[in-house]
Amino acid sequence: MTKRRSSLKTWAVLLLFLALKAGGNSAMAWGMKHVPEQMSMDPTLYIRAMLNPYVALGIVALILALLTRMALLSLADLSFVLPVTAIGYVISVFIGKVFLHETVTHQRWLGTVLIFAGAILVGTTSRDKTGDEA
Amino acid sequence: MKWILVVAIVIATVASDLLQSYEMKQVGEQSVSAHGFARLLQTIAQRRLLILGVAGNAVSFFAFMALVQREPLSFAVPASAASYVLETVLAKFVLHERIGTRRAAGAMIVLAGVVLVGG
Repeated sequence: MTKRRSSLKTWAVLLLFLALKAGGNSAMAWGMKHVPEQMSMDPTLYIRAMLNPYVALGIVALILALLTRMALLSLADLSFVLPVTAIGYVISVFIGKVFLHETVTHQRWLGTVLIFAGAILVGTTSRDKTGDEA
Repeated sequence: MKWILVVAIVIATVASDLLQSYEMKQVGEQSVSAHGFARLLQTIAQRRLLILGVAGNAVSFFAFMALVQREPLSFAVPASAASYVLETVLAKFVLHERIGTRRAAGAMIVLAGVVLVGG
């Protein structure tokens, strides 16, 4: 029963992570496209870009996503986290097309699907020698 | 320019991934409540390698800001998956891990995908 509850928790944290990441990426991309100055090596440009409300919202969501991912890594092995979060690549292309009205060619979709498949293959090969928990 | 930013994102991401994965396993299970986050922030402040890991995230983050300004999101996010390729290469040549056929094939497929996404 404890195990079941902890696996439910893992999936809940995973969903929260994917939502924060997708939302944060879209807000960030939308905001950055509306920042007039082109980013370069000058750090003050980034600070000023952060004053854009969409960029600020994106940053908050992405920081929460980072913390959520760290929490996820404490609940599950990287060999679980990497393949299941690979769906994020497909989600981001979908968001780019639907919400940001980007042109997504067949070639880009094919590339994204390959990345998704490859990421699952890489991610499901266990790297570390944990296995004493779970 | 877009590939320079992708490379910066990938290198910073891989470094911070390795550090964070290592450190969080040492710290143990975390909760996602407000209290849990506060404790997590405290933990980060106390562990030097974890700070370095978060700094890697910051670098990759600023490079990502610059990338999404110039390029579509549907390029920026998939292209950053090149980190799988670098991680696999590092695992073989730096950590001297034995890379199975499955993982090598996965990394090659990701690489092919990144080339297609960028083309």
